[in-house]
Amino acid sequence: MADASSRHLEGFAALADPTRRRVFERLAKRSSSVGEIAATLPVSRPAVSQHLKVLKEAGLVTDIAAGTRRVYRVDPRGIEAMKNYLDRFWDRALAAFKAATEKETDS
Amino acid sequence: MMAIRKQLIVEAPAERAYRVFAENMGRWWPKEHHIGKSPLQDCIVEPRVNGRWYEVCEDGSQCDWGKVLTWDPPRRLVLAWQLNPEFRYDPGLVTEVEVSFTALGPKRTQVDFEHRNLERFGAAAERLRKEMGEGWGQILESFARTAAH
Repeated sequence: MADASSRHLEGFAALADPTRRRVFERLAKRSSSVGEIAATLPVSRPAVSQHLKVLKEAGLVTDIAAGTRRVYRVDPRGIEAMKNYLDRFWDRALAAFKAATEKETDS
Repeated sequence: MMAIRKQLIVEAPAERAYRVFAENMGRWWPKEHHIGKSPLQDCIVEPRVNGRWYEVCEDGSQCDWGKVLTWDPPRRLVLAWQLNPEFRYDPGLVTEVEVSFTALGPKRTQVDFEHRNLERFGAAAERLRKEMGEGWGQILESFARTAAH
């Protein structure tokens, strides 16, 4: 669990870069090779490769070999990110609820 | 079933704990966690089955979050959280938030919390992805934005 949540924090950090986010969004629409991404975005092939490497390390994309090229696609585990987000949210919310309840005097 | 579970002890009578949770939600709900465009002013849980669960913004606008499934003070409250992974109201999506209050003493209450059916976010996200063709990029971006608070 600790691993999964730090992994998704990494995911958020990876998406903080606007170009990287565009690469990621492009993949969310269609699985693509490095060349296909570079052809549709104003980003060089080496830069695309570098962004993909970061996204892959963050667990946001995966790649498979298709003949002589590699095709990248979004790793659809965003549901885990949602769970982790809600888990942190409810921790904060319930702590605030407890404080608000205890602060009140008996009525 | 995918769920988040929490348990906490509140130093207060069960009646008060239930009331603060359900009827004074705006007092403790983290202000930045809301979906309206104008700042959050209050969160309302209408005190009956099928009552609305919604936010009121400072500009007076309201946004639905879900509805009341069980209203049983001071023991049990079940709410339907109907916000999709993009934090938009989706009447076709129901994830359940159940809160149980057990009196351990006159001024001590155990609160058991569960937010369940989280796997339904997967289907909702998939539907979004098909409808909007935008996929996880925007969804994760909105997480990143909200989680940064």
